[in-house]
Amino acid sequence: MIPASFGYTRPATVGDAVAALADAGEDAKVLAGGQSLMPLLRMRLAFPETLIDLDRVDGLREIRDDGNALVIGAMATHHQVIRDPLVRAHAPLLVRATETVADPAVRHRGTFGGALAHADPAGDLPAVALALDAVLLARSSRGEREIPAAEFFVDWMTSALEPDELLTGVRVPKLGDGWGVHYEKFHRTAQAWAIVGVACAVRRANGTVEEARVALTNVGPAPVRASAVERAAAGRPAAADALRAAAEPAADGIDPPGDLHGSAEYRAHLARVLTARALAAAAAV
Amino acid sequence: MTATDDRPAEIGTPRRRSEDARLVTGRTRWTDNIAPAGTLHVAFLRSPHAHARIERVDVAAARRAPNVVAAFSGADLADEQGSLPCAWVVTEDMRHPEHPPMAVREVRYAGEPVACVVARDRAAAADALEEIDVDYAPLPAVVDMEAAVADGADLVHDALGTNESYTWVFENGDLDAAMRDAPVVLERRYVQQRLIPTAMEPRSVVCVPEGDEFTVYSATQIPHILRLMLATVTGIPEHRLRVVAPDVGGGFGSKLQVYGEEVLALLLARRLGRPVKWTESRSEGNMTVHHGRDQIQRLTLAADGDGRIRGLKVDLLADMGAYLMLVTPGIPLLGAFMFNGIYKMDAYSFTCTGVFTTKTPTDAYRGAGRPEATYAIERLMDELAAELGLDPIEVRRRNWIGHGEFPYDTIAGLTYDSGNYEAATEQALRLLEYDKLRAEQADRRDRRDPVQLGIGVSTFTEMCGLAPSRVLGSLSYGAGGWEHAAVRVLPSGKVEVVTGSSAHGQGHETAWAQIAADRLGVPFEDVRVLHGDTAVSPKGMDTYGSRSLAVGGIALYSACDKVVEKARKVAAHLLEAAEDDLEFTAGRFGVRGVPGAGATIQEVATAAFAAHDLPDGVEPSLDSDATFDPDNFSFPHGTHLCAAEVDTETGMVRIRKYVAVDDVGKVVNPLIVEGQVHGGLAQGIAQALYEEAVYDADGNLTTTTMADYLIPSAADLPEFVTDRTETPATSNPLGVKGVGEAGTIASTPAVVNAIVDALRPFGVSDVPMPCTPERVWRALRATEGGAR
Repeated sequence: MIPASFGYTRPATVGDAVAALADAGEDAKVLAGGQSLMPLLRMRLAFPETLIDLDRVDGLREIRDDGNALVIGAMATHHQVIRDPLVRAHAPLLVRATETVADPAVRHRGTFGGALAHADPAGDLPAVALALDAVLLARSSRGEREIPAAEFFVDWMTSALEPDELLTGVRVPKLGDGWGVHYEKFHRTAQAWAIVGVACAVRRANGTVEEARVALTNVGPAPVRASAVERAAAGRPAAADALRAAAEPAADGIDPPGDLHGSAEYRAHLARVLTARALAAAAAV
Repeated sequence: MTATDDRPAEIGTPRRRSEDARLVTGRTRWTDNIAPAGTLHVAFLRSPHAHARIERVDVAAARRAPNVVAAFSGADLADEQGSLPCAWVVTEDMRHPEHPPMAVREVRYAGEPVACVVARDRAAAADALEEIDVDYAPLPAVVDMEAAVADGADLVHDALGTNESYTWVFENGDLDAAMRDAPVVLERRYVQQRLIPTAMEPRSVVCVPEGDEFTVYSATQIPHILRLMLATVTGIPEHRLRVVAPDVGGGFGSKLQVYGEEVLALLLARRLGRPVKWTESRSEGNMTVHHGRDQIQRLTLAADGDGRIRGLKVDLLADMGAYLMLVTPGIPLLGAFMFNGIYKMDAYSFTCTGVFTTKTPTDAYRGAGRPEATYAIERLMDELAAELGLDPIEVRRRNWIGHGEFPYDTIAGLTYDSGNYEAATEQALRLLEYDKLRAEQADRRDRRDPVQLGIGVSTFTEMCGLAPSRVLGSLSYGAGGWEHAAVRVLPSGKVEVVTGSSAHGQGHETAWAQIAADRLGVPFEDVRVLHGDTAVSPKGMDTYGSRSLAVGGIALYSACDKVVEKARKVAAHLLEAAEDDLEFTAGRFGVRGVPGAGATIQEVATAAFAAHDLPDGVEPSLDSDATFDPDNFSFPHGTHLCAAEVDTETGMVRIRKYVAVDDVGKVVNPLIVEGQVHGGLAQGIAQALYEEAVYDADGNLTTTTMADYLIPSAADLPEFVTDRTETPATSNPLGVKGVGEAGTIASTPAVVNAIVDALRPFGVSDVPMPCTPERVWRALRATEGGAR
């Protein structure tokens, strides 16, 4: 497959990238690893006039400690995220989920910021960002803006970024002590997208679940925070039956897609079953 | 077999394949790497409709697009493009519609080419496609086979007046008597879903004109057949055509074809006088590479109360797709002789109706007819066991052909030359730890474990080594089934082997060198194997149907023997000894009773080259060629056992352990056999669990990308436990059988039997393929006490 022709620019700094984005108007796309965008271009499902390639932009791959949070540069690759000692220590849920993304080749080229900005509800990382209350850092020629994950994923492949805004990084709060995490990905082959995924973090003390964070992948046009499950889980004994009961509302209010890999009804069923499993695994039951 | 003190016998040695370094690194000549100066690139505009009348095609704007050299509609080429060939007219009254390489008046499947652009680069050709304007008048899509053969069905080919291409019948024994009053009668309907072959290398063709001659490079399995067919379709004389299959990255039957794109690339090269190239994209390939399988099977099996089979009735609808391609109609008939499997029975009836639909044509795909048949009988055997409360192994034992009964004339009219089903089964049971897993299964059932365990059995055989020419003739196949080989011992003593069998990943270069090294007593490294070029290998029947070793390997064996015979004459003359006094051992002729006297085959080759002193009547040069036409198929068999865990909450299936004990007779290279079994298992498991070409009600293929058409990777497959029993074939001097398709044929029913076995306590007796998690979950939900 051959993409339609497009303009291409490869800025060296964030400032240049933001300026290029402002200049290009609505028909620009940011190339941040290309593992989702390139297939769309090659199948001629996307026809941007300009590609702004972030590959050589200084400083966007940095992962740093920012006190109570980590700041992960938008161009940090999946592979980098998985290996990073800070992420492993403070955001293990992100590590677990990123390890399941596609295959090694994709994980070496694809980026954390790219995956979030793409806002594909079948992607694994939006649900993780949601579960961890991450904050997405956007820059434009108009200045900087912080967007909570809960407001970032607007609709199918649609984020809250304005056309002139560049995602530069993500602030991921550290989980702290006492948390267990799990990403339950249900897919037919190792390289396939999740039919349903559950990102889960549980703080457990004295045999009780004190706090739970749960977000679902691919059960609607955007990742879904399972707040009812979180409320139901809090205060329950860390036991399989109790967590199974807590997972019951997982499918409430969701509007899952139906496709070749699973009907809406099946996805709703999986949401309950997999949420129970994710809670149990995160709580080490 | 020969061997020297310092060199073990080559045949039977697990040599690593000498061609692999270049194949796996890609540092070789794939068709798409071939780019003669001035090459033009073709892109095809393809129908977005399953069925439509073409009202108008306007390529004028495309012709004016940047870097475009030419653009054509189907009508522009109508006078010269001819009709794509079908070489297997299975019945006298078979309906065989015209199949223009580019559609002229009507399109009958989504993806059928309607126009093309020839440009100086690939991107320009792709861009210019968007400038072509086509008016279509949509016609009804014909997607469902059963609807297609119902009264008043919409027609794929209006002029035929029906969607039925042919009905082919085979009957043996008194089926009515067998069915009458039978204590057990099972009726089942199984669907063989449509599959997309998915070779790693896409199709690609480069046609180079040189005066009035043409060289066609194509990623094909069949350079020899392709040459003949291109000559027939285009009118270019066969001797003006050279077809080269460079290194080819897999085919699985999909490159056993004469594709419209190959014909058109040749015609365009002729018209434009420039090299012309086309390489498909993956999604273009998914839509237009011929598909495989796609049958609806209605089966009736009658048995006695002790499980002994009385008779089997098979009624098939086989989806031809929109047109009959090279061997489309014959594929389901290759299964006609296999539905009885390894079992004895009194009566058998097979009826197959080939049905046109508005879908991509079907044709050979790894196993080609035999996987479909094997699936049916092996599923039925498990159903019979369940019906009678017998162990599935026991019900097979009561029916299979005993080791002492070979050669055995089957109810389907074949003669199985050899086999030992008892030995393979014993071995497989031991390797699986069958009894231990049955105990675990019982335990999980007792505990109502959400994850249940099932054990699937497949005791299969298949007919391969295609094929005895006389048999093919009796089936109205358009060609014979022999194979050719030539051996040249060069003046320096190095050896060139030419084979008509065209490798596309099978490892011919290694295995053929092993055979030649062994037979001629020369070092393995001194043998080079040449193939895949009609100018190098003048005759051959190419590679499909697990025929290479069992037919082509025997031709080589025979050519080597002829070389040795000729060398013996020369050596006797040189050594001044009688031919009968010469012993040929480890590449050297010695004189019986005269220690020290002798000549190596290399020395003989030099003498034969110089020709200064040859015996009367012996021609210079040490070489020979041979053809081999088998007098029977080869019948590999084996017992495959699959232990699968089924998650009853999600429907997910995980293969816990897979044991494959195959009997492929004598083995030339055990490592290659192992590789073929592994790959075959992956493909057969893929049919059971993952793959399906899905069309929507409008006839659009919805699985055009590998995100939707799932094929497993190594990460999705278990570690395979493989072993062999060795019952030599009696139909060839090496005792070998084919192995290219065995794994695919055996494994699909083993996996589905395991899934059904796990779920039988819930009342599940079938899950349609592919057994996706949702389908398993739904099968459970549809029964009492099923999924939670």
